[in-house]
Amino acid sequence: MVIGLEVHTELLTASKMFCGCANAFGAEPNTQVCPVCLGLPGSLPVLNARAVELAVAIGIALHCRVGSSTFHRKNYFYPDMPKDFQISQYDRPINEGGHLDLSDGSRVGIVRAHLEEDTGKSTHLGGTGRVHDADRSLVDYNRAGVPLVEIVSEPDIRSPEQARLYAAELRAVLIATGASDGRMEEGSMRVDANVSVRRIGAPLGTRCEIKNLNSLRSLQRAVAYEAERQVDVILAGGKVRQETRHWDEGSGETSTMRVKEEAEDYRYFREPDLTDLVPDLAMIERVRDGLGPMPADRRAALAGLARGADVPGDVLDAVVGAGLDAFVAAAVARDVEAGLALSRAANELAGPDGPGQVLPDAFAEVLAREAARTLSATQVKAVLAELVRGGGDVAEIVERRGFAPMSAGDLSGTVSQAVAEHPDEWARYREGEDKLAQFFVGVVMKATRGRANGQQVLAELESRR
Amino acid sequence: MKALEIAAQVRSGERSAVSVAEEALSAIQARNADLNVFVHVAGEEVLERAAAVDAQVAAGRDPGILAGVPVGLKDNLCQTGVPTTCGSRILAGWRPPYTATAVERLLAAGAVPVGKTNMDEFAMGSSTETSAYGPTRNPLDPTRVPGGSSGGSAAAVAADMVPIALGSDTGGSIRQPAALCGLVGIKPTYGLVSRYGLVAFASSLDQIGPLAHTVADAAASLEAIAGHDPRDSTSLPGPAPALVARLDQGVAGRRVGIVRELVDGADPEVVAAVEGAAEVLRAAGATLSEVSIPELRLGLSAYYLIAPAEASSNLARYDGVRFGLRVAGADITEMYVATRTAGFGAEVKRRIMLGTYALSAGYYDAYYGQALKVRTVMIEAFARAYANADLLLGATAPTEAFALGAKVSDPMAMYLSDVFTIPTNLSGHAAISVPFGHGTSGLPLGVQLLGPALSEGRLIAAAAVVEAGRGVPGA
Repeated sequence: MVIGLEVHTELLTASKMFCGCANAFGAEPNTQVCPVCLGLPGSLPVLNARAVELAVAIGIALHCRVGSSTFHRKNYFYPDMPKDFQISQYDRPINEGGHLDLSDGSRVGIVRAHLEEDTGKSTHLGGTGRVHDADRSLVDYNRAGVPLVEIVSEPDIRSPEQARLYAAELRAVLIATGASDGRMEEGSMRVDANVSVRRIGAPLGTRCEIKNLNSLRSLQRAVAYEAERQVDVILAGGKVRQETRHWDEGSGETSTMRVKEEAEDYRYFREPDLTDLVPDLAMIERVRDGLGPMPADRRAALAGLARGADVPGDVLDAVVGAGLDAFVAAAVARDVEAGLALSRAANELAGPDGPGQVLPDAFAEVLAREAARTLSATQVKAVLAELVRGGGDVAEIVERRGFAPMSAGDLSGTVSQAVAEHPDEWARYREGEDKLAQFFVGVVMKATRGRANGQQVLAELESRR
Repeated sequence: MKALEIAAQVRSGERSAVSVAEEALSAIQARNADLNVFVHVAGEEVLERAAAVDAQVAAGRDPGILAGVPVGLKDNLCQTGVPTTCGSRILAGWRPPYTATAVERLLAAGAVPVGKTNMDEFAMGSSTETSAYGPTRNPLDPTRVPGGSSGGSAAAVAADMVPIALGSDTGGSIRQPAALCGLVGIKPTYGLVSRYGLVAFASSLDQIGPLAHTVADAAASLEAIAGHDPRDSTSLPGPAPALVARLDQGVAGRRVGIVRELVDGADPEVVAAVEGAAEVLRAAGATLSEVSIPELRLGLSAYYLIAPAEASSNLARYDGVRFGLRVAGADITEMYVATRTAGFGAEVKRRIMLGTYALSAGYYDAYYGQALKVRTVMIEAFARAYANADLLLGATAPTEAFALGAKVSDPMAMYLSDVFTIPTNLSGHAAISVPFGHGTSGLPLGVQLLGPALSEGRLIAAAAVVEAGRGVPGA
């Protein structure tokens, strides 16, 4: 199976691409519009310089050549496109030729990442929900003219899982550049997948484009379904038709949206209302200097902390995705094993509440106590959960919650009491019934309401055996 | 009455802007029904605006170089709340929610817009006969056309309804009607005047410019509206050039080339007018020579691919969805078709089809792509000519004003009206048409002075010389 992805991402600019209207999601319909983004007669576009900077940031992060570019008009009629043409880039895009390294070690080529404007949003009432048999159509132009970058991959992807990894990695890169919030559910990052199948080594098969993939899970499922569908068509002696297909999340199937009998003619020509976009080298350098490390670099740095120990890829992804690099580094600086720091960060701090109020130093302190065995795993999770919720001083929390370790004398006394209260079990334990050690740990725990350290209790029992 | 004279009287308090406005409104009232010049005449707001100008004078402030001057605006220029139809049914009743930069600047200079002037539909035409609101008649001979597409603006000035009007020039639409109505008309350098608020015909060719009785009034109007505008990405940097100051500069030592291709095929009277104007310039100290720029002959065919191609895209937005005419249809496609079929006239449809074809896959290289190459070739040819000449001289239009209906059913004959003006739009340079001589029917003719980019000052100085020489024998 051969997959290429086209990803549209809305840019995090304050205003739209060619006018001063706010670029914000969720406002009342048609409240963020003006003569320019409504395409009123006589209005003219003026390019948003911030959109150009963010497009350049994406280009640099994807290792593209950033160069002079030209805007073209892509002409077609659709009610949510105010001018009935889209200002896009055609034969001279701002970014060309790059690559993206995925967390599984594979590399996917980038054809281009070009600037264009978004359309409005249509809602079709009645019929099948498509424009041609709708009773009424409502259009919200708030999104019309929002700046987009379209990132086109080479057809280098070979599995649904790799397609998901690509989109996840690209999303992380877009967030890291500050160009996008990567919110697929709000449509600020949208994925179209081109899928074809062939026998290994054979020429490329006929491809179908799947639209409406608004989550990583949908992408992976849709690509898997579509490849299987195409294989079935071919095995049944049929031919795959080149078409655009719609993914239905509910049924888990793709269906024909429109058949491309011949290539659509968009009558591209240079947009006469805009001048060529010639890169300002100082701006490009400023953007380059302002970019932090990309997710792949950060994963490598974290793996380096583990000094060769094997760390699961999903743990690295979770830590990088949630931006917890500094927490892990702080813990490692306190001689905590990187593997422990990574898994605690991934499992305790990368949840929906994020790291919350916890600071890297506090995280490191908690993990240092765990490493020194003065806090149990259960206690560590409880303390971290409290820190996430409200922050605070680690020592104070440990003391208040009664997690401070018992003195050796107290522990010894409690063990003596447990032995005295359960003479039969103690006798059997001494005769070699090892599993009763856990019985005594339980008794001690109950008596101390969990304050005792299980490891220390075991050591004490062993020494008396 | 001349614009600068009116402004001088209003600025000095000698005359009120209100009385000037009332006079303009009554002149419009008197002849508009016969001539069909204005498609919309502003009401109370004209007098309110004039009163505001008077109040500024009374308060000791200067309202600007066009204080109290009534102006006509071609109906493709937006002004907040004022109907703007572009001479088309498809925009009937549309009122823009914003004002064009050029109009804002006229207002800032103290001018008083009195209404919107008739035009060929979406500026596609050379006679103001393709307007959905009926043809405009030439005030100098109402059986004839005023030229076009800014025919309403030309007629408004020629009929003394207003001393100045703004038009737009995509292939000659200011200069040709100026010539046919005995006026001065300027097509400025592309980018000198902001196109923000000018309803687009062909974006890479359109420029706004003035029509006036005198070179001085035209210069003052252009000075008022020119200069950088951040809302138009193709706007040139820098403030408006000083043009009024250049009026008396003369042409001593200027090299003027008479361009054979801008005279060939014109009526004998037109050729004689160009020769007469050349004599006037020579007498004023210019060096005259004859030049040939064969590439200019390619202009018409390149223009009729580039302009329709851009128009086919610019006019796509008139789809019945958001504004203007909507004709119901069973589904979205039928609604589009019904709306555009009813809303556009024959000439607009012809050009949309031409342009769509020229841009289509498989034809792009042979038509639109080829036209762009021709455009480049013409720009290079002009550059060679300007290496040896400061200005070029030729005819504006091949004939005097022609009869209503004479060319309306023959598009090629109509297109040829612009054969001398089109090259300047393709090159993006500046040109001015000045009245000089008369045709066989005694109607005025115009001669055209052309210059390189941003040569408006030089052009105005030369035009003033030609204007002053109008009375000499042979003119």
